[in-house]
Formats: sequence, C-alpha cells, structure tokens
Amino acid sequence: MQEQTSKALSGFEGKTNEVIPMLQAVQNEIGYLPEEAIRDIADIIGIPESKVYGTATFYSQFYFSPRGERTIKVCLGTACHVRGGMQVMEALEREMGINAGETTQDFKFSLERVNCVGSCALAPVVMVDDDVFGRLVPKQAKEVLEKSDPEV
Amino acid sequence: MIQKFDAVEKEALESLEKEQNNDIPQIYVGCATCGNATGAQSVVQTIKNKLEREGVKAEIKEVGCIGMCFAEVLVDVIKPGRPRISYQDVTAEKAEEIIDSYIINDDHRPDLALGFFGEGGPEDVERIDTGDVFKNQQRVILKNCGVIDPENINEYIARGGYRGLAEALEMKQEGIIGVLKDSGLRGRGGAGFPAGRKWESCLKPQADQKYVICNADEGDPGAFMDRSVLEGDPHSVIEGMIIAGYTIGSSKGYFYVRAEYPLAIKRLRKAIAQAKEKNLLGENILGTGFDFDLEIFQGAGAFVCGESTALVMSIEGNRGWPKPLPRPRTTEEGLWGKPTLLNNVKTFSVVPQILSKGANWFRSIGTEGSPGTAVFALTGKINRSGLIEVPMGIELKKIIYEVGGGILDDRKFKAVQTGGPSGGCLPDDKLHLSVDFDTLVEAGSMMGSGGMVVIDETTCMVDVARYFLDFTFEESCGQCVPCRQGTQQMLEVLNDICEGRGREGDIEHLIELGESIIKGSICGLGQTAPNPVLSTIQYFQDEYEAHIKDHSCPALVCKNLIVYHIDEEKCTACGRCRKACPVEAISGEKKVPHKIDQELCTKCGICFQECPERFSAVERLTGKENLAAAARGRLTDV
Repeated sequence: MQEQTSKALSGFEGKTNEVIPMLQAVQNEIGYLPEEAIRDIADIIGIPESKVYGTATFYSQFYFSPRGERTIKVCLGTACHVRGGMQVMEALEREMGINAGETTQDFKFSLERVNCVGSCALAPVVMVDDDVFGRLVPKQAKEVLEKSDPEV
Repeated sequence: MIQKFDAVEKEALESLEKEQNNDIPQIYVGCATCGNATGAQSVVQTIKNKLEREGVKAEIKEVGCIGMCFAEVLVDVIKPGRPRISYQDVTAEKAEEIIDSYIINDDHRPDLALGFFGEGGPEDVERIDTGDVFKNQQRVILKNCGVIDPENINEYIARGGYRGLAEALEMKQEGIIGVLKDSGLRGRGGAGFPAGRKWESCLKPQADQKYVICNADEGDPGAFMDRSVLEGDPHSVIEGMIIAGYTIGSSKGYFYVRAEYPLAIKRLRKAIAQAKEKNLLGENILGTGFDFDLEIFQGAGAFVCGESTALVMSIEGNRGWPKPLPRPRTTEEGLWGKPTLLNNVKTFSVVPQILSKGANWFRSIGTEGSPGTAVFALTGKINRSGLIEVPMGIELKKIIYEVGGGILDDRKFKAVQTGGPSGGCLPDDKLHLSVDFDTLVEAGSMMGSGGMVVIDETTCMVDVARYFLDFTFEESCGQCVPCRQGTQQMLEVLNDICEGRGREGDIEHLIELGESIIKGSICGLGQTAPNPVLSTIQYFQDEYEAHIKDHSCPALVCKNLIVYHIDEEKCTACGRCRKACPVEAISGEKKVPHKIDQELCTKCGICFQECPERFSAVERLTGKENLAAAARGRLTDV
C-alpha cells in the first residue's frame, strides 16, 4: 500500500492547494484513503494531519475505509426520487442486508446514494460501476445484484 | 490579428474537407453521458464492426447530446444528397438492421426512425425540426451540441467558432464590456446577475494577477445542462473564458468541474490541448502578446462549492466554506486574494456568439429584462425528458405540453419544480407564466441553473419539500447556525408531518423557521434552502393539512400514512403478490383471496406493482380511520 501511495503522490510539488488533487490521486489508486496516506500527504505539504482530515472529511467524494469490489450507486436525484428511486434503494438494502453508505462483508459491493447521474429519462436509475440499469422497479433489485456479481 | 485568425480558420476548413468525405454516408451517434449510459458505445462498436464486415464505407461520428434523452440511443444517418434521418432507441441489433436496410440498401426503415431534419425527407417519416420537440426551441447555447464532433476543434471553427475571440482581441476592454452590457446578458448560474457589470467590476481593480473561473460544479440533483454543454461543445466555454481573461486582464483560468463528470473532464482536456496547438490559447495568443492558460480543478463533491467564496476556498485546498460576512466581493478579492471573475458554464459559452453577432442579435431573443435563451433539463413525470433550450419569455405550459409532450401516462399535472433545492414548485394555475428570471422569482420559485422537474398527482408535495430539505441539510457546510440548525429543525418538523406526528401549528412553525433561515444565513445555500418548503406551503397547504389533521397522504406516497390492502372481491388469488412479497407478509392459496399481515408488511409497494392492472386488487389506503383499522388488524371493516 505504501508503494501505491508513493506512486500516486509522486507527481506533486507539495503546495497547499494540492491537498484535494493529492487525496483524489490516492483514492484513484487505492480506492479509499488509508490513515498512512493522510499522514504522507500532511508530511509532503508540511501541514498538520488534522488539516488534511478536515479537508478530506468535508467532501462526499472521499472514503476512509476499504470499498467493495463494485460500487452500486442508486440515483436519488429529483427525477429519480419522484419516479420511485427510494423504493429501489430500500429493495437493494433489503436484498444486500446493508444500508446505503455501507459495504457488504464479503467486500463484493458498496452501496451508495448519488444525486443525479444525468440519465433522468431512464429514471429511476442504478449504476453499478459503469453499467446502467434504468426504469427499475423494486423487484428487479435481485436481478441487478445477480447481473453485477463480480465473480460471475 | 484578424488575418492571423483568418489563416487559422482557413486551415481548419481545409483539413476538415480532407478529413471528411461527404460522398459517403455520415453516421452520428449521440455519445454524451446519457447516450453512453443507454449503450451508445456498444452501438458505435457494432456499427464499426458491421461496416468493416460488409466492406461498406461510411463515417462514424461520436457527437454530444442533442437533447432528446427520451429517445436514446440516437443514431442519425445522412446519405449523400439526403436529409438527416434520426433513429431512436437504437440497440446493437437495431444498428445492424439500419445498416443493412438503409446504408447498404435503400429502405430508410420508417418503423425505426424518429424523424428527419430539414427539407425533402421521406413522406412516411415525421419532420423533427419543425415538429413539437423543436418548433418552440431556439438553439443558441446548445447550437453545436449533438451536431459537431466535440473532440475536433476544426468542426467548431467551421461553425463560426473562435471568431468571437478574434473580434474581441481587436477591441478595447471597455468596448467588450459595453457590448455585454448592451446585450443584457445575465449570468446563467441561477441568480441572473448582469454579466457586463460583473466583468466591469473585475476590470477596475489594479492587481498583478487576476483569475477567471468557470463554475462547472453543477450540483442541483436533477440537472445536467452544464455537463451536456461541456461534453457536447467544450470549445465554446473555453473561448468565452479566453475572452473574459483578455477583458479583465487575467492570464490564468480554472475550470471547477465536478469529479462525477469524467467525460466532460476528458473532453475539456482534449479541447484545451487543441486550442493551444492552434495558438488560440496559451502564450501570445494569435500574435497579440496576450497570454492565457487554463487548468482543470476537479471538485470533490460539495454542493456549497457552487457559492463563489466556497469554491475559491476549495481550489486553495481547504474545506469549501463560504467566507463569513461581511466579505469582500470575489471580483475584488477572490482566489489567492486576487480579483476573480466567476461565471457559469452557459454564461461563458454564449459570450463568443454575442461578440460575433452583436448585442442587438442577442436582445432580439427573449424578453426585455431577460434577453437570450434558457436551457433546461426537463425531467420527472413527463413524456419527453431531455435537454431543451427555449427563448426566455416562453410560457411554462408550452414547455410542458408541447416540447415535453405532456404528462407521463396521461396523469394529471400537479406542479413544476425549477431551481432545484433553491427553487420552488408552481401549480397548475401558474402555468401561463413566462419563463424569465424575474417572473419566476415573483411567483415564489426561481430560474435556477436549469433543472425543471414535472410532478404529477402521484407525487406528494410535502415529501418533495422534505426531499429538498434533506438535501440542503446534508449539504449545509455547518458554519452558520441558522443554516446548520435551522435546516435540521425544519427537516424534523417535515419528517414528523410525513410520518404522522404532525401537530397543529407546524405549518406556521415552518414558515417562521424558513423566514429566519433566509434572513440569518451567510450564503446562498442557507438563504434559499427554505424555498421548496415555503413555496409548497404557499400553493399546496391543503396537502400539509391533510397530513397533519387526518394523517392522510393524498398522493399515497408517505409510507407511514398508507396501508396496503387486498380487496377480497377483486382478488383472483393468482398468487403473484404472495410470491413477490420479500417479507412473506401475504397469505392465501389457490382460490382463497390473499391477505396482507399488517405487522409484517414493510410497505415496499411490490405487491401493488405486481397485481395485474386488470384486477387492481391491491389498494393503498390512507387517513386516520384506515390506519387505525389496520393497526387493529380489522382493515376489512372500513
């Protein structure tokens, strides 16, 4: 992991305005922000770790624990909301046995809500990584999971 | 200098002519995020493979979004000497059929076609550009979207691109600002501040460095206009920013783009490199001695960063906190404390056309107070969802019933929401209103950056208000008390109302809280957060009262206020609902009408959707009496 962090941070000069791009680079490489990486970023820039955490926790893009192999994003933008997105979310939560924002114990899936993926004509929409499932009804939750299983 | 640009333009046209062979069929595939989400990339691949297999020559172009999201994947075909025919809902199989039938043979397949553009199309296919979708539209900001290949700068130049910049570089700074002021252009980010005045206030201060920032942190949860412009016509925004840099005396610009928009970022990177290659960006632009460079900054997901001071904090590497009041204007003290000009994507993208076509041209579109066009992402319970551009001043009902094709499934219209979490909902009797910055604000809503969500009778207005408030509560940066605590209190009251714990006086309480939050918050997020609640109370107070007094949700949405029940007379005991119920709450067997165990039921609604329409035996009931009967297990008594 140390190697991955170093690789991700190699192109930066260590300016204060590079905090967010550095966090993004690490997360792109590792999938989340491990404690050591936060410490490395703080060291490179020469600011306290708390400052880096303060910035990182402010933004919804950053994760602080390992993620599932695939991320299921349930769109709850306005169009999806009025067309039943929440019911689809509840069905997925029920099928997966986790709540939005959590990861399954086998680390196959992370489930999260997102605001508008911009495919409103297909509402309600669920994205599994880059695969899009549109015009869903709750009972299709099982089907979405089966089709998205990383081991199949 | 103009001669230098003439040479660039000539070269672009020449190489375009070389690149393009108009003697063979041209195939356009809509490959914006929406198209890709529906499978455009696999359609492109299928077409390429098929053409190769058949040994047929044709040009494939991946274009941006033309706005007809309801018909994605869209494939357009132009055969030499024929008008452009659009095919809708294209899949890999349909793409092969179109190639077989129309490109190889000469059957234009009216069964698959959506329509054609221009004159002289086949009689059995509808003409699109004069039909309902487009006849009320006027494409100014979106004129290139879905038409040109956004990754080819020559195509942009061939359609008049960068001429506005060339003309601007011949003008004095004050002259450019004069044109903008005369045009009456107002910022397209939502509030509608006059662009000319903003540019002017950034020109005045003396500073060793100034910055231009394009706000592409489109955060409204139901809007994708800016993304479509960046994906479909990135050069127009870049050109507008270069003009801004020249005007205010800045050599450095930033795109602040949501990280959730990877395709927009990719296209911008490519466009920036191409513009540099042609000396339209970078050092000594077109030999004028003016330097301007552009950098992309990826936002990390915070709605409040749409606020100018928060956005600046974010680029500087901090939490995206708006600066406390009293704060200097960003135009005087912005990024790194330097004068900074911040405009929305659509504002920058229309500037080049205003400079090349003139202020009067722009004023000839739209209304006196709001010249130009408005771009909307039209979505919700509407037949034709999509990206539309209409002249300001158009009536709301024209947008909904003509451009959008009316309400989905012929249901009854209830409200139209504009302005996202900062805006409001307008009811049926406001549909005659014209769309412009001032009229919508007067009616209790706002233009916003362009989300327009249509709501029908099956949507609960209290739930919609709660949805938006939940969003702003989550996105509140937490710095000032009125916004942080106020949105939380409002949300709790709304949750109570939706869950059957509403009390007499809640409505007045919400209004009082809302008004205080508007007065006391330090930035636009808090100052507008109560709007969705206040406007729904204004127009749909009876729905709030039904929730509070009768524990009834007229739209049958609020879970705690509805019960699912099977009408024994209608139930044919087909067993579908029983098998589909995820919690085994439905009992019954063959020939025995089914029954829902209210204690086990989680109200997921699956039984309701499963029950075939011809039986419609599963019903949703609401109101105190029904809820009480269900709790006693005696729902059939009601």
